[in-house]
Amino acid sequence: MVEVAIWGSLRVATEGRATVEIEAGNLRELLDGLAEAYPDLRPQLRRGVTVAIDGRNFNDHWFEPIRPDSEVVLLPRIVGG
Amino acid sequence: MSQIHVTTKINGDETEFLCEPEDTLLDVLRDRLGLTGAKEGCGTGDCGACSVTVDDRLVCSCLMLGAEAEGREIATIEGMADGEVLHPLQRKFIEHAALQCGICTPGILVAAKSLLENNPDPSEEEARYWLAGNLCRCTGYDKIIRAVMDAAAEMRGEIANDPDDSLRRAS
Amino acid sequence: MALDKQAETAKRQFKVVGTRPNRPDGIDKVTGRARFGADAVAPGMLTGRVLRSPHAHARIVKIDASRAAALSGVKAVVTRADFPEPPAHVADVLDNCMAGAKALYDGHAVAAVAAVSPAVARRALKLIEVEYEVLAHVTDVDEAMQPGAPVLHEGRTDETVPEGFSGNVISRCEFGHGDIEAGLAKADRVVERSFRTAATHQGYIEPHACLAQMGPDGQADLWCCTQGHYMVRNTCAAILGMEVGQLRVTASEIGGGFGGKTTVFLEPVALMLSKKAGRPVKMVMSREEVLRASGPTASTSIDVRIGMTKDGRITAGDAVLRYQGGAYPGSPVGMGSMSAFAPYDLENVRTVGFDVVSNRPKQAAYRAPGAPMAAFAVESVIDELAKSLGLDPLDVRIRNAAVEGTKSSYGPTYPAIGAKATFEAAKAHPHWSAPLGENQGRGVACGFWFNFGGDTCVTLNVNLDGTVSVSEGNPDIGGSRASMSMMAAEELGIPYEQVRTIIADTGSLGQNEVTDGSRVTFAVGLATIEAARQAIRVMCARAAKIWGIDEDAVVWEDGAAKPAGPNAGQFPPMSLAEIAAVASNTGGPIAGHCEVNAEGAGVSFATHIVDTEVDPETGAVKILRYTVIQDAGKAVHPDYVEGQFQGGAVQGIGWALNEEYIYGEDGRLQNPGFLDYRVPVASDLPMIDTVILEIPNPGHPYGVRGVGETSIVPPLAAVANAVSAAAGVRLTDLPMSPPKVQAAIQAARG
Ligand code: FES
Ligand code: FES
Repeated sequence: MVEVAIWGSLRVATEGRATVEIEAGNLRELLDGLAEAYPDLRPQLRRGVTVAIDGRNFNDHWFEPIRPDSEVVLLPRIVGG
Repeated sequence: MSQIHVTTKINGDETEFLCEPEDTLLDVLRDRLGLTGAKEGCGTGDCGACSVTVDDRLVCSCLMLGAEAEGREIATIEGMADGEVLHPLQRKFIEHAALQCGICTPGILVAAKSLLENNPDPSEEEARYWLAGNLCRCTGYDKIIRAVMDAAAEMRGEIANDPDDSLRRAS
Repeated sequence: MALDKQAETAKRQFKVVGTRPNRPDGIDKVTGRARFGADAVAPGMLTGRVLRSPHAHARIVKIDASRAAALSGVKAVVTRADFPEPPAHVADVLDNCMAGAKALYDGHAVAAVAAVSPAVARRALKLIEVEYEVLAHVTDVDEAMQPGAPVLHEGRTDETVPEGFSGNVISRCEFGHGDIEAGLAKADRVVERSFRTAATHQGYIEPHACLAQMGPDGQADLWCCTQGHYMVRNTCAAILGMEVGQLRVTASEIGGGFGGKTTVFLEPVALMLSKKAGRPVKMVMSREEVLRASGPTASTSIDVRIGMTKDGRITAGDAVLRYQGGAYPGSPVGMGSMSAFAPYDLENVRTVGFDVVSNRPKQAAYRAPGAPMAAFAVESVIDELAKSLGLDPLDVRIRNAAVEGTKSSYGPTYPAIGAKATFEAAKAHPHWSAPLGENQGRGVACGFWFNFGGDTCVTLNVNLDGTVSVSEGNPDIGGSRASMSMMAAEELGIPYEQVRTIIADTGSLGQNEVTDGSRVTFAVGLATIEAARQAIRVMCARAAKIWGIDEDAVVWEDGAAKPAGPNAGQFPPMSLAEIAAVASNTGGPIAGHCEVNAEGAGVSFATHIVDTEVDPETGAVKILRYTVIQDAGKAVHPDYVEGQFQGGAVQGIGWALNEEYIYGEDGRLQNPGFLDYRVPVASDLPMIDTVILEIPNPGHPYGVRGVGETSIVPPLAAVANAVSAAAGVRLTDLPMSPPKVQAAIQAARG
């Protein structure tokens, strides 16, 4: 299981929980797992998220590996200028 | 709708063109003569991207009518290098990385050349005030001013007058 | 693993990277030959022009373009009715390029024409009759949030927004950890302040421009100035209902972007005009159009509360950020909220952000979007706390600095970062201790930015004479072609002059992300290095074949293949040129490719020090001295790294002191020109000193971090802190134009 930190305003979709546990070995499994376990997260997942895995940010890279002890933080999609 | 016939000299070449009465000199250079080195950043005389000289006077070509070029001598960025030999300002701009995107560069080079023709030994402050009509949004002007000062020094036959810069570049 | 890599990077002796060679496009740019957006022509080309709404908010009842269409020389007229129903992901983009049911801001496009000359096009625009039903409008962020404010779009508010706001509040975000009230209770002093920042424009000197050509077979070519021609292609194809492969986009040289050229404005309209007219159409915005209708940044209203102990430890940080991002959802408030406290290691921190729409042009990204305003507010309060407790503002920052292992204010734990290093370098810099005169003040502030990677393709071809051609897909906005050539040369072991990098059109490479997020030197650099390594593998294999030995018995050193040790055999090294010369004999052309989604870029930090002098009578502010200290990971071409530092700092100075979108009661922009929208000029400024720190990014083979954006984050606050020190009163409203500074001084004197 991976522990995922959820940013504040999304906690309405996770029954107020600041962290949730998802069975996932990579980014794709994580996003699918979140949508499955917390359907209220789906609108935000559709709008786009960035996932910080061990301090590095990932947007799209499905197969980025996640270890069970990885630090995983869900963030709104970050874009640049 | 009748067009005006104009005879002028551009970068030393006799040139004739037809233009609408309302065409600016910048329109004529860019759209009728294919001299697209001068840029239109504003069209209102506020950015200097369209700088050219007319009878050795620095002007914004967006503020002058094409018809007013009659009988004048116009110099644009396209005439600045001598064949394949760059003007010292052009060379120093490249060496000092005085351009990022480069859209302001033609106008600034024309303006800086005019500065050095009027004042071969400008202070940094004089250079800054002379170039105050030329906007550059990329560089913060630091490297532009250094390049102008260095070119001026070279043209006066001196070595680089910016000790910390020459030190930095040697390292 | 990250540590090993870091050690490898730190040890590596670079030959090309870190030097300052001339850029490959230099001569074109100093001679006027470089071709920018407006410099292209095509045979039979028409001029396209846009008719824009004079109203801030109006229902478009009817558009009658029949008289315009009938004018001699007019070849096409386009309104929203000509476009197919767009897919959802580009619906707002299309609506911004060409208004549908409503005009949402002063300058919003409502129709366009293509004609044989600019004069005819101008006349045609006057003949288009638009019937508007004018609606109430709102342009201020706080007013737009109030219940009862005129609402731009019904039903766009998402599930994160609580009750009690107008329909202009699109979403709410919240970040942080700990317990704010408990933290504040432990503080010896709490400062609470409200701040406002005006919208500013990216202010690139080159207006938007494009040349479109679409044939009856549906194939199209587009030339335009953009930060991302792949984005232009994908967006335009979606809007026009085309197949992506039918549209080839070529990026011109680009005259500045700073985020403002990461979307489309004219391009879909030009394509539609060209389609209807059956001829090429060129469109160029005027400066007024650029200011009225392309993206400025958000204007903001921010409240900050910070508690601090007597010895300078921050016990809690709390901020509410409200960003209006113009007529469509998507202000950068999320990134502002995440970055606000990012430089610090805080036990209790919270930021709440609101994304708000109003009757202004849709904001476009502007260099570290969202972060400068947030840093302005937070860094101002930290400065005020430090001063009121008699502490050195840099000591306070060092005391609270985030370091490797700190849980950041937005969630993730930091790997190796340079925040503290920039504070310490600032403290040690002679600028920090230089004496000041009367009416002078010094300010310091820190800034943070994320940086990006993303989809990237590079092809590296080894030519028959041993020179190398690199093709990449990211418009070069500040010298990146030089950096790519340098990294290729470094890896291949050949001189920089033998590598030439070009920006390929969309038909030549796979998908590339936009040139934004400070991603190019990082991501394209990474791909270039990988492509070079692939070419090296091919060359080693060719040498092995020639020598009749095993491929893995060949190594690449100093630009040549060599047998790996005496057991591999005794052969003289074969240089890249020698291998290239016989490429046809040994298997065919030699190339390397890299197609990658280069995610995982490293964050970066900067600290700026500035001295200002304030004229107490007029309120005018003069910048006396400025120093930028920033972590670049590894500076590939230090001149262009310094250039990014200096350019960002000066844009920030403009934001702090002069630049401002001013709206009248009528909701119309009052200052759509460079005369009244005043960007810094050479005589406003001193030299901008730079200090490049190099704390390698473990995610890049050479340790490179993006550098383009962080430099605009600290200056708003640094200048505000300096002006506040000089004026003896805290300035909280940007820009700090002379009348505002003077009024603040007057008020403080009572
Ligand atoms: S285009 Fe002439 S001054 Fe700007
Ligand atoms: S280099 Fe881009 S505007 Fe000067």
